[in-house]
Amino acid sequence: MKNLGISIIAVVILLMLPIGAAAAEWYSLLTVALPYGALTVFLLGFIYRVLLWAQSPVPFRITTTCGQEKSLPWIRTNSLESPSGLFGVIGRMALEILLFRSLFRNTGAEILEKRPVYGSAKWLWLFGLLLHWSLLFILLRHLRFFVEPIAPFINALSAFDGLFETGVPTLYLSDLVFLTAATALFLRRVVLVRVRYFSLPQDYFPLLLLLCTAGSGILMRHFTKVNLIKVKELATGWVSFSPVIQEGIGPLFSIHLFLVCTLLVWFPLSKLMHMGGIFLSPTRNLANDNRMRRHLNPWDAPVRVHTYEEYEDEFRDKMKTAGLPVERE
Amino acid sequence: MKLYNGGKIIAGIVVFLIAATFPFWYGRGKAVRPPDLKLDTPVIQQLKEKLCVEPAPYMRANHMKLLTVWRDAAVREGNRSYTAINGRVYTISLTSTCLECHSNKKQFCDRCHNYAGAKPACWNCHIIPEEVR
Amino acid sequence: MSFAKIPKPDDLIAIRYEPPETPWMDTPVVFRPGTWSYSGAAKNLTALGLPNPRAWQPSDEDWKLPENWQSIILEGMKERLEKHRSFRLFMDICVRCGACADKCHFYIGSGDPKNMPVLRAELLRSVYRRYFTASGKRLGRLVGARDLTVDVLKEWFYYFYQCTECRRCSVFCPYGIDQAEITMIGRELLNLVGCNINWVIEPVANCFRTGNHLGIQPGGIKDMLEFLADDIEDRTGVRVEIPLNRKGAEILFVTPSGDYFADPGTYTCMGYMMLFHEIGLDYTFSTYASDGGNFGLFTSHEMVKRLNAKIYAEAKRLGVKWILGGECGHMWRVIHQYMDTMNGPADFLEEPVSPITGTRFENARSTKMVHIAEFTADLIKNGMLKLDPSRNDAHRVTFHDSCNPARAMGLFEEPRAIISRVCNHFHEMAEDTIREKTLCCGGGAGLGNDENLEMRMRGGMPRAMAVREVREKHGVNRLACMCAIDRATLTSLMDYWVPGVTVTGVHELLANALVMTGEKERTTDLRGEPLNGKTNETL
Repeated sequence: MKNLGISIIAVVILLMLPIGAAAAEWYSLLTVALPYGALTVFLLGFIYRVLLWAQSPVPFRITTTCGQEKSLPWIRTNSLESPSGLFGVIGRMALEILLFRSLFRNTGAEILEKRPVYGSAKWLWLFGLLLHWSLLFILLRHLRFFVEPIAPFINALSAFDGLFETGVPTLYLSDLVFLTAATALFLRRVVLVRVRYFSLPQDYFPLLLLLCTAGSGILMRHFTKVNLIKVKELATGWVSFSPVIQEGIGPLFSIHLFLVCTLLVWFPLSKLMHMGGIFLSPTRNLANDNRMRRHLNPWDAPVRVHTYEEYEDEFRDKMKTAGLPVERE
Repeated sequence: MKLYNGGKIIAGIVVFLIAATFPFWYGRGKAVRPPDLKLDTPVIQQLKEKLCVEPAPYMRANHMKLLTVWRDAAVREGNRSYTAINGRVYTISLTSTCLECHSNKKQFCDRCHNYAGAKPACWNCHIIPEEVR
Repeated sequence: MSFAKIPKPDDLIAIRYEPPETPWMDTPVVFRPGTWSYSGAAKNLTALGLPNPRAWQPSDEDWKLPENWQSIILEGMKERLEKHRSFRLFMDICVRCGACADKCHFYIGSGDPKNMPVLRAELLRSVYRRYFTASGKRLGRLVGARDLTVDVLKEWFYYFYQCTECRRCSVFCPYGIDQAEITMIGRELLNLVGCNINWVIEPVANCFRTGNHLGIQPGGIKDMLEFLADDIEDRTGVRVEIPLNRKGAEILFVTPSGDYFADPGTYTCMGYMMLFHEIGLDYTFSTYASDGGNFGLFTSHEMVKRLNAKIYAEAKRLGVKWILGGECGHMWRVIHQYMDTMNGPADFLEEPVSPITGTRFENARSTKMVHIAEFTADLIKNGMLKLDPSRNDAHRVTFHDSCNPARAMGLFEEPRAIISRVCNHFHEMAEDTIREKTLCCGGGAGLGNDENLEMRMRGGMPRAMAVREVREKHGVNRLACMCAIDRATLTSLMDYWVPGVTVTGVHELLANALVMTGEKERTTDLRGEPLNGKTNETL
């Protein structure tokens, strides 16, 4: 619970900072310097972290095989779970990244009547998948504030997202899904004793941050309205490198923007880097073609071995007694 | 700096950068000014006090909410009169009250809506009067 | 095997999954008897040239670490972060979703939260954060970082020698984080300051000197194989040859030493010998490469290479065309995923072709070593063997996928293709407990020793219970597997949890069914038990 407390305190402080900044009228800091700074940290930090991984080689091909290997022609290979070639690997990675294949396998183990029972436990997969996909939808929808004219795919996405035309302005399904999924994942961490036991402050923190960001966004859309024209002027100003300092779009907007910037900065410093990391995971992105193609280890070096000569020297007499052939008499 | 699988990883980073900076290159760095709303319709020009139903800043942010209230009042409750905050009474009607002044839908409504990517459902039911088209 | 010192099964299964009151960083490890393994003996460390040989036990207060042990470990971590992308990545990207938590058989069997793979990894990750990340250096405990202390080292020892490197967690992890990889690195680090277990390091020392883990010398191997040949003759009336260190043979056969030295592995070994005799295979055993098993895998990457080198060296010396490997688990992880990289290229060998069927084993074209299940499945598919499955009618069989052939090779169908043709009663265990989701024997990765018995029974419990289910449902009395460690540890596991189930290798079942040219009428199986189904097991 202490770790949860630390996260909540951190988020509360983060919520107060932009309000303070707005009160102090530091608008150029809030609406220009901070967004540029955060984006720079995000992009450079992300690349730095990936390059750090790239500097460590993959000395061995340690694929985790989750299906039948390619062996005899009459045995059906499972090319997605145990790929032997590039296309299989691409398929496996796509399943993993787009549909969270491995998480889909999740089960829950418990002891019932003195034996372990494995029940299906797809909730983690479901909420995890919903969280990520709805976040992607929300991010893409936000592009309407950044580009002019708005690319047709963005409008199409918004139209699809608001399919049910509930309320004015239309309620976006992705907002609803995102809030639900993030809340569920957060509660899971807090309520499940086992998960809470290994959760660190930095596990609660991004979920809280995301929830507050989404919350402030939804409030702005449906309750305390802000002038979207000003918002778009600000955002297009950023991307055309002719930023317009915006004053008084509203406290909610300040909070929203500040939290997004925090998230951008936090991203490369934290576990959120799993976004880049999953592409590099050696147990998933390598083909199970170990005995077909030799894998090279760049730091391979000679080691002290026990040669046959040394072996025979030690056991020559015994080998001769046993009638075993020897190299040297 | 020695990279392993450098080609693939750099390619990945490039794709990431292109995707993450989409707004920067999509508009080719051109600054776009927000639409300048045209309020110079003949009816507005003749107004003594250039006042909308409610104050302009409120209308900018909340007109869609007001219109929903109007729609519900007119269609569901048959109430066609609206008293504004300053006491004036307006007839609840999109086409004859709103569009009477803002008779330039393309210049007034559409430019902002397109700019913000809003797709109001007004015209699903309402016919756009010929003179405001 | 005496179970006198450990709780009764009914008590052992009363597992609580409630974590302790204190946060895990404030819960020091307790070396409770029955849950840890004795330290590596000094003579073995010395024989291998490993650091800090000394007399000590994990239960001692003072571990007699070198003065600068912290800097040795941290230097070692730095080096390994730079050498293994897996290590650095797995330190960085875990989101602690907990999908792995109840996938580990040691957690299922013990309820100890530090046996959740996520937390086992955090033991190391917390130190990584403290010394190798910007936030951990500055914020410490606030971001889950902690100093490297003797208590932390003891915790590493306890829990990295409570992981069998079976990779089940890796199957369920959304990023493929593999605790086996983290455990392997963790054990490497412990080895840098001389902390290892004797049940690993003694076999390693033996293997380095004599070529096999059990330390059997050339004459002993020959005697043992002759003894097995006598038994074969007794059961079948057929005298099989014992090719040993024979130059010019077509195929070098390498199998774990457990197969020719310990029951019930010996019956599997008899199975190989009968099969090879029947098909007239031109092969040889080797006393130098007398163990495919490689406990180096449970020590360090360097040690894997040191012990594995003999296989290609011997193949080259004997001038064989290719190598055939017996039923073993971790041996096959080494051969499939490490051997070619470490000790290849095997350009002096030929692409393996079955001399009997002409099948090219294209999947082994670079490493040039074929798994015997692949080899035999091909023989059966091509109708090269005369089989009488009714000779196995006394056996109601289920199959345990050993962790390494399953999750480091993907060898699932070949053994099943063999089993389903050599016996009439074959019943799979529950879906969640086989194939890539297979559970552990509880004693792999060097943990199969007697002092660690309680933990083995706990770790093996999920597997045992799955066997018990098919025993109750289908009357299963034989647990087949393709691993020498399994054959040893599952035997105790069955005695403890599911009495009445015996453990067998796949080629033992095959040899029971194999109709040999010139054989006498068989009245018993390889174990000398009557064929008519009236075994001394009662259901």
